[in-house]
Amino acid sequence: MLRVFRNRPYLLYLTRKAFWYLVAFVAAVALNFFLPRLIPGNPVSVIVGQMSAGAVESATLERLYTAFMRDFGLDQPLHVQFWTYLTGVLQGDLGTSFMLYPSKVWDVIRQALPWTVALQVPAILVGWIVGNVLGALAAYKGGTFDRFAFTGSLMLSSIPYFCLAIIFVYAFAVHWPLFPASGGYSFGYFPEWSWAFFVDALYHYALPFLSLVLVAIGGQAIGMREMAIYELNTDYVNYAKKLGVSDRRVVRYVFRNAMLPQITGLAISFGTLIGGALVTEAVFSYPGLGSLLFTAIRQVDYPMIQGITLIITLTVLLANFLVDIAYGFIDPRIRAGQVGER
Amino acid sequence: MELLRILLRSNRFMAGFWIVTAVLAFALLGPTLLTDVGPFQRVGGLFNPPSRDALLGTDNFGRDVFTQLMYGTRTSLYIGLVAGFVATFIGVTIGTLAGYASGVVEEALMGFTNVLITIPPIVVLILLSVAVDTRTATTMGIIIGVTAWPWTARAVRAQTSSLRTREHVAIARISGVGSLEMMLVEILPYMFSYIFMAFILQLTGGILAEATLSMLGLGPFQTVSLGTMLHWSLLWESVRVGAWWAFIPATVFLSITTFSLILMNAGMDEIFNPTLRHTR
Repeated sequence: MLRVFRNRPYLLYLTRKAFWYLVAFVAAVALNFFLPRLIPGNPVSVIVGQMSAGAVESATLERLYTAFMRDFGLDQPLHVQFWTYLTGVLQGDLGTSFMLYPSKVWDVIRQALPWTVALQVPAILVGWIVGNVLGALAAYKGGTFDRFAFTGSLMLSSIPYFCLAIIFVYAFAVHWPLFPASGGYSFGYFPEWSWAFFVDALYHYALPFLSLVLVAIGGQAIGMREMAIYELNTDYVNYAKKLGVSDRRVVRYVFRNAMLPQITGLAISFGTLIGGALVTEAVFSYPGLGSLLFTAIRQVDYPMIQGITLIITLTVLLANFLVDIAYGFIDPRIRAGQVGER
Repeated sequence: MELLRILLRSNRFMAGFWIVTAVLAFALLGPTLLTDVGPFQRVGGLFNPPSRDALLGTDNFGRDVFTQLMYGTRTSLYIGLVAGFVATFIGVTIGTLAGYASGVVEEALMGFTNVLITIPPIVVLILLSVAVDTRTATTMGIIIGVTAWPWTARAVRAQTSSLRTREHVAIARISGVGSLEMMLVEILPYMFSYIFMAFILQLTGGILAEATLSMLGLGPFQTVSLGTMLHWSLLWESVRVGAWWAFIPATVFLSITTFSLILMNAGMDEIFNPTLRHTR
C-alpha cells in the first residue's frame, strides 16, 4: 500500500471510490458514443429522408446532406469522431440539435436540467427519509401496524411511477381540477426570481412531486423494515434488552445500524428511479429532461438523445459519489480502515 | 415438497399467484374467447366512450381498447419473460463464476459488474433501443435483459461465496470433482429458491422497463404492449380530454401485474428467510 494512505483509511476509501467512478464515467461516455452508431446507415440520411417527404429538389437535398454531415462531423473516420466527441464533452460541447437546429444541445439541456434536479432530488430525499422512518416503525411495532404499513408500502412501491402520475393527473387535475394538469408554470409567466412565479411554480410542482415521493417511500420502507427486523433479532439487541436497557435506546441503536445499508440504498435509488421519473415528467409535460427526451425521441434527434443520456449519467454518478463520500464519514468501520471496498 | 406446502400456506404468495394466473389467462385465452376483432382493427372513432360494442371504448386510432388490453398484456408479459430469462441467465452465470473462482477472476468480473451497476440502466436501454432499427418484442426483451443482470450477478456471487465454504463442497472437492460439475451439482441447486426469486424480480423489472421505454416512444414496432398503449394515449392527450378508458385499463393492468409479482416474491422471502416471519 502506498505511504500516503498509511493511517488514512478514509483517504484510501475515497481514492478507490474516485477511481471506480472514473472508470464508470469513461465506460458511460464510450457507451454513449458507440451504441447509437450501431445504427445501419447514419442519422443524417434519416433526417434528410424525412425532409425529402416534402418535395424538395434533389440538388438542395444533396447540399443539405453534405452540410449536415460536416456540421455533425460524420464525414470523419470513427476514431476521429470519438476524439472530437470526447474533447467536445470535456468542453461542455454536446453537439448541435437536429430538431432545434441550429441550437446547441447543451444550451437546450441547460434550461431543462434545473427543473429535473429540483423535482427529483427533493422527491428522492424526502421519500428516503419518510420511508426509512416508516419501515423502522413497522419493524419495531409489528402486528397490525406492520401488516398495513408493509402491504401498503408493497403496493405503493410496485405501482410504476408513471402509472401513479397518470392517475394523479386524471384525478386531481382533470376530474377534480384542483391542480394544473401540465407544465412547470402557467402560460404567461416567465421563469424569473419573483415571488409570484415561485408560488405559481410550486403549484405546478405539487402533483409531480407527490407522485414521485409516494412510490419512493414505499420502496425505502420495505428495505428498512427488512434491515430493522434483521437487527432486532441480533444478539446485541437481545443482550441489551436482558440488561434492561430502555426501549428507546435499543431502537436508536437498531435504527443507526439498519441505516447504513439504507444509505447505499439512497445511492442506488438515484440510478434506478431516474427512468420512471423521466416518464413522470413526460406525463406532466414538466419542462425537465424527461419531456425533452420524449420530444427528442419522437423527432429522432440523436444528438439531443445522446446529450440527455450523458447528462443523466453524469448527474447520477455525481449523486452516487456524494452519497459515498457521506457514507465514508458515517460508517465508523471505514474510518477505522476495517472494510475492504469492492 | 415441504417447501411447496409452506408456499401454499403463505397468503401473500398465493394472493400474488392467483392474480398473476388470472392476468395470464386473460392475456392468453382472451383473444380467442372474449373478442372477435383484431388488435389493429378500427371499430370506431377517436376516443369513443365504452359501449356495448366496445366494452372499454376506443383509442385514438378508433381501435377497441378491450382487445388491445389482451394483446398488450400478452406482449408485456412476453417481453418481461424474455428479459427475466436473459438477465437471470447472465447474472447467475457471472455471479456463480465470480463467487466460485475467487482471486483475479472474481475481481475482474465484479469490477465489470460494479461499473455497469453505476451507470443508470435507463441510459443504456435508451441508447440500445435507439441503435436497434427494427425492434420486435423479442429484441426488446433481450435488450432489457442484457442491461438488467448486474444485480442478480452481485447477489448470486455473495450466495456462491458463502456456499463454497460449506462442508459438502469441501467433500466434493476432496473427491476430485471438477470445477464445472462442482458449480452445476454442488452449488447451483442450493441457490434454486434464491434464483427463482431473483427471476421474479427481473420479470417484474422487465415489464416495467418495457413500459418505460415504450412510453418514451421506444417500444416494439407493429405490436401492442401496455407501454405502447400508454404512449399513444399520452401523445393524444387522452388524460387531459378525460378519456379515462384509453389509459386507465393499461395503467391498472401494469400496476396489478407488478404488484402481484412482488407480492409473490415477498411471500417467498418470508418463507426462505425465516427471520422475517416472526415479528413481535
